[in-house]
Amino acid sequence: MSTKDVMPQFALFQPTDIENALDLLEKYGERGWKVAGGQDSYDWFKDRAKRPEAVIDLGGIAELSGIRETAEGVEIGAMTTLTEIVENTIISGSYGVLAQAASRVASPQIRNAGTLGGNLNQDARCWYYRSGLDCYRAGGNTCYADTPEGMNREHCLFGASRCVAVTPSDTAAAIVALDAEMVIHGPAGERIVPAQEFFIGPAVNITRMTVVEPSELLVAVRIPSKWAGANFYFEKVADRNTWDFPLVNVASSMIVKDGIVEDIRIVCSGVECVPKRIEGAEQIAIGSAPDAETADLAGGTASRGATPLNYNHFKIPLMENLVKRAIRGEA
Amino acid sequence: MANDTQQVLTAHTGQPAVFEEARDPVTRRAFIKSVIATGAVASTGGLMLTGLSGCSDDATPAAGSVERLVTLNINGKSRPVDVLPNESLAMTLRYKLGLTGTKLACDRGECGACTVLIDDVTHNSCSTLTHSVRGREVTTVEGLEQPDGALHPVQQAMIDELGPQCGFCTPGQVMSGVALLKNNPSPTREEVREGMAGNLCRCGAYDHYLNSIMRAARVS
Repeated sequence: MSTKDVMPQFALFQPTDIENALDLLEKYGERGWKVAGGQDSYDWFKDRAKRPEAVIDLGGIAELSGIRETAEGVEIGAMTTLTEIVENTIISGSYGVLAQAASRVASPQIRNAGTLGGNLNQDARCWYYRSGLDCYRAGGNTCYADTPEGMNREHCLFGASRCVAVTPSDTAAAIVALDAEMVIHGPAGERIVPAQEFFIGPAVNITRMTVVEPSELLVAVRIPSKWAGANFYFEKVADRNTWDFPLVNVASSMIVKDGIVEDIRIVCSGVECVPKRIEGAEQIAIGSAPDAETADLAGGTASRGATPLNYNHFKIPLMENLVKRAIRGEA
Repeated sequence: MANDTQQVLTAHTGQPAVFEEARDPVTRRAFIKSVIATGAVASTGGLMLTGLSGCSDDATPAAGSVERLVTLNINGKSRPVDVLPNESLAMTLRYKLGLTGTKLACDRGECGACTVLIDDVTHNSCSTLTHSVRGREVTTVEGLEQPDGALHPVQQAMIDELGPQCGFCTPGQVMSGVALLKNNPSPTREEVREGMAGNLCRCGAYDHYLNSIMRAARVS
């Protein structure tokens, strides 16, 4: 499948400000393609699975990059690279769960080019979809993964709706666990969307992973100071330590006062098309000590409602154990 | 340099006559070497315009799209070159500038063989648009040796420690090692392991590569 030729032809635009980029996005609509770090985009083009007419390279827009402290917390430009996030002392010092998640994405070279916005907006990794088949997500009327013969070890436990793909993003779980807000610019101006509502499942829109319209641009991610310095936990289980997407990951933020969990967010990627808040386990943990007993009680409920496919039953104990570890705060 | 540019244009507008040569009973290596010797860009017409649907040259570029004639900073030299909008840096380096030290293996960012430095940071050149490195410093494995021909300490350590086995992934491993030591001149073995994690070696010579980088850190 892998061939060494160039990508199909497209017009390349390299705007240097957001306005210009938005004009181009509006002009080309569905025929345009936003490139952030490009680490996923170019594979789509090389495989001929996506054929945009115009590629809008956001790499030249300086205002989309950088990490700034604000009165409410910290604001991360969408084009900030994952390496910059890992190395940033504000992020690693106060919002460590995001630094840990970013450090586990793909490989060093990909983190050097890949951006936070790109990682959050990346498309599903289902290989039936990726290989250019006419599945539901690609506009067809079949799911190849959810069949008796379908290879669905990596697919979802929750929220299937024709499509059974999962969110592959490591940083997505972290920003939901931090109650982040997504700053989106579009033709109608700016809108702010809570991280949890930013990601959408197939029942809402089967052809997209986030609320960002083709004419819109994710500009920044704002992390509120509420969780600064909280007890964080991130763990990713993947087939290899480098490159691979999570089979399941867990990100959690926990505020503990006098030995009692005052507030907590627990989020898993790799189990649903969106990062899944494990609210049942959160509710059990709040008001208890973050010990092994609470962890076992809460973790045991984490997979409630799961509807596994033929080959992904293993994800049920996996996510339960990860949630237990997140509450205990240790592996 | 002006001459180079002229040749690129000829290669793109002319028929891919050069490609016919490749079918002669000449080894691929000899062919590529001869092309490089006679001007790297001559090979481009054949390699890039043959069998690439959707890549034909005759379409009118969209208004406001990038200029194709660009000057890149490669290994400290200004290199004027004609670059398609959809061209990866690995393609430009290997097939237009003759810098075949950079290897192309998976072409999907999954192996690290094509690793180069852009502003001293490692990138997979197969997953970098050439147009995105305008105004930035690109360093390939060819750019590491000193003007007097002395090898970079990482290159020398690779020899001293018998780092490579078959050698195909070595240029990428060297570039990751160089970038790692620029950032962290005396790393632990575990830090080297992490820093080199984006470079696959199918011979499995990982420990030898680790030994090489540790030696380079000691001597440099």
